[in-house]
Amino acid sequence: MKNERAHIDESVVAAATKARAKRNARIGKVVLFIVLSLGCISFMMPLVWMISTSLKAKGAIFAYPPQWIPQKQLTAWAPEVEEVDGEWVEQRQAGRLTHEGGDKKLFTATTEGVAELKVVECRNIEDAKVVMILEPASREGEIVALPLYRDTGKKVLQPTFEPIRELHVQWNNYPDAWNALTLRRPWLGFSIPYALRFDLFGKTFQIGPVSFEGFHIKSAFAVFYLNSVLVAICVTIGQVLTSSLAAYAFARLNFPGRDKLFLGYLGTLMVPYVVTMIPVFILLRMMHLIDTYAALILPAMFSAYGTFMLRQFFVTIPTELEDAARIDGCGKWRIYTNVILPLSKPALATLTTFVFLGNWNSFMWPLIVISSPEKKTLPIGLYAFMGQYNTEWTLLMAASMMVLLPVLIVFILGQRYFVKGIVLSGLKG
Amino acid sequence: MKPSDTDGLTSRCPQCKDPIEQGVRECPHCGASTDAKPITVRRRSLKARVLDSLGGYLFLAPNAIGFVAFTLLPVLAAFLLSFTEWDAVRPVSSYDEISDIWVGTQHYSDILGFHRDDDGSLEANDERFWQYCYNTLFLMLGIPIGMVLSLLCAILMNQKLKGIIFFRTAYFIPSICSAVAVAMLWRWIYNPKFGLLNDLLRALHVVTPAGGGLLNMPLEALGLKDPGEPLKWLTDPTWAKPALILMGLWAAIGGQNCILYLAGLQGIPEQLYEAAEIDGAGWWHRLRHITWPMLAPTTFFILVMSVIHGFQSGFVGIHMLTRGGPAGATTNLLYYVYNHAFEWFKMGRASALAMILFAVVFLLTLVQWRHGRKGVDYL
Repeated sequence: MKNERAHIDESVVAAATKARAKRNARIGKVVLFIVLSLGCISFMMPLVWMISTSLKAKGAIFAYPPQWIPQKQLTAWAPEVEEVDGEWVEQRQAGRLTHEGGDKKLFTATTEGVAELKVVECRNIEDAKVVMILEPASREGEIVALPLYRDTGKKVLQPTFEPIRELHVQWNNYPDAWNALTLRRPWLGFSIPYALRFDLFGKTFQIGPVSFEGFHIKSAFAVFYLNSVLVAICVTIGQVLTSSLAAYAFARLNFPGRDKLFLGYLGTLMVPYVVTMIPVFILLRMMHLIDTYAALILPAMFSAYGTFMLRQFFVTIPTELEDAARIDGCGKWRIYTNVILPLSKPALATLTTFVFLGNWNSFMWPLIVISSPEKKTLPIGLYAFMGQYNTEWTLLMAASMMVLLPVLIVFILGQRYFVKGIVLSGLKG
Repeated sequence: MKPSDTDGLTSRCPQCKDPIEQGVRECPHCGASTDAKPITVRRRSLKARVLDSLGGYLFLAPNAIGFVAFTLLPVLAAFLLSFTEWDAVRPVSSYDEISDIWVGTQHYSDILGFHRDDDGSLEANDERFWQYCYNTLFLMLGIPIGMVLSLLCAILMNQKLKGIIFFRTAYFIPSICSAVAVAMLWRWIYNPKFGLLNDLLRALHVVTPAGGGLLNMPLEALGLKDPGEPLKWLTDPTWAKPALILMGLWAAIGGQNCILYLAGLQGIPEQLYEAAEIDGAGWWHRLRHITWPMLAPTTFFILVMSVIHGFQSGFVGIHMLTRGGPAGATTNLLYYVYNHAFEWFKMGRASALAMILFAVVFLLTLVQWRHGRKGVDYL
């Protein structure tokens, strides 16, 4: 009897402990989720800000407090545009104005950084809703109400001006940024038309300006894209091919000096990029290859790193498979193409993603060797764009987004390989 | 398949029928002679061997040619260049022309040496070099901070939770973004008047341009902020370096290091945690006495690799955000080399600087090799 009760007590205690552990685990999960979400928000914030800016109207970026959702100050343009002093136009600015009594004209309006505005007239159109007539009318910038100072310099009142805003997504920033730079020179010998029209299956298709704001094909950005794709593909194919060949030799073939050569390869992994950069530049200059695609492609096609990574993978492939192939009469080349390569798809995919993204994002080397606009890749194209539109933040952000998008897509498609590649290279490199 | 007498690899002693190795002349069990012929390895013909090696060399050739042309020779060339004063334009075809530009170790003494000033005080020959060394090291302050945050990230990511893949992706995305686009974005974020960072600081009342923010008083008292002005992140010598570090942190925390830590965490045996839990260890003790020591090799590896990387990175951020300014406050050694080589066309001096960088990286790699081997046994 006594024993039984002790037994029951024990099981009750155990159940209680279990329940507590379960509750703790649940609380822990909630806390974890919150922490992860907070971290996620802070990581995503700059990118969201970038997207938000890229979709804002020009003036809307100067709003305070900053807006995450692209909005525009509601501006009512006077139906009859008066011409004052040649080009001064009348603008009606709708907003809600509240201030502590006094004359409605006791404030002045300004568009940040653009112009000091004078309120010509202030009409009450509704309860506490005011239409101001401003001079000079300005389409740039947000209108901000500032306190007016009396002659004594004493601040008399602090008006608050709440502009009425509405959702306004400026999709046009993208085509505007895209079309902002045009190239007059042909690309690879083709002169690119503004639009392409072709018949297919009895229908007419048109690429190019769909409307006035559409994307032109004859844009520098289109050429930057093409260049980036061209160079990245050439480099990727070249590097994967030469690396896998060499890796196969190092991993499987016997020849005198193999291991010493491999050590030499390993040794150069630690040579900083800056050391080889200068002589390679001089070498390419001697070969008259500066400012050509070859200058971008050739030096990047051979890498000790890719060789090393693939060699490490090839070594793990069982030799029996190779022996079987050899007995079936395969030579080295057949073994390489029909046994080794198909078996190392994950490693090859990893190297491909790595090399492609690395080359796509590469900035310093193209900056050094390329000067013709029609040969620029996206990163230095974007840099050139920045040089011209230094403060047009909406366009700059739209252009940056256009550079980022392909990378994000490639990443999402090849995410698995990418993460694996980091682990592989990091742990063994 | 069982090994049999016909296997070829073993044979049996004619007397005691025990299996013995082929080619052994005396049975190890009974001592009887086995009348085996000594094994002769049939050497393949010279021609076959040469052809075989040739195959290997052929496979290696495409990569090796590029490797020699774009890595091996350039390293030697850089070494030689560092003893010259060449602008990469003057002809160097004859001995006289080469001896004209040959300056010996002058670049090295110009960069690293010291001289006595008129008043007898010791001064560096190239003060900017030392300033830029300091900058390079300062910019590396982001490494330990980033490592701690990466570890935290990895620990969070290692939890079993629905949708963790989403978070992993979200944290990882900044690190694959094109550095130029990222730099562009941060230029906008650091805009003193309309940038997100100053807006945030203003909204949270941390630092406000006009005054009244939490940190306004101390910052203004220390002379780190002009009263009535917003923080000028990229044009203020005090703030330019932290601004670059912050940008680097954002891009790096969820990236490579986090994934390396994650791999390390997943390699820690579960039993260790279970045992610790039975012994009543809380999360801090588990972190301090299991996770941290088990990750020590990873930490060491990441640290050394990051420092090596730190000596040769940061170009995009510097070039896009500050161009090395204000007043050289953000020029690191890499940017100094770039300026020498491709802005001022002093190839010799640039090569000497690059060789100095190489030496530093070489030493660090040696450290990595010697200490990394101890107790670091990956894969």
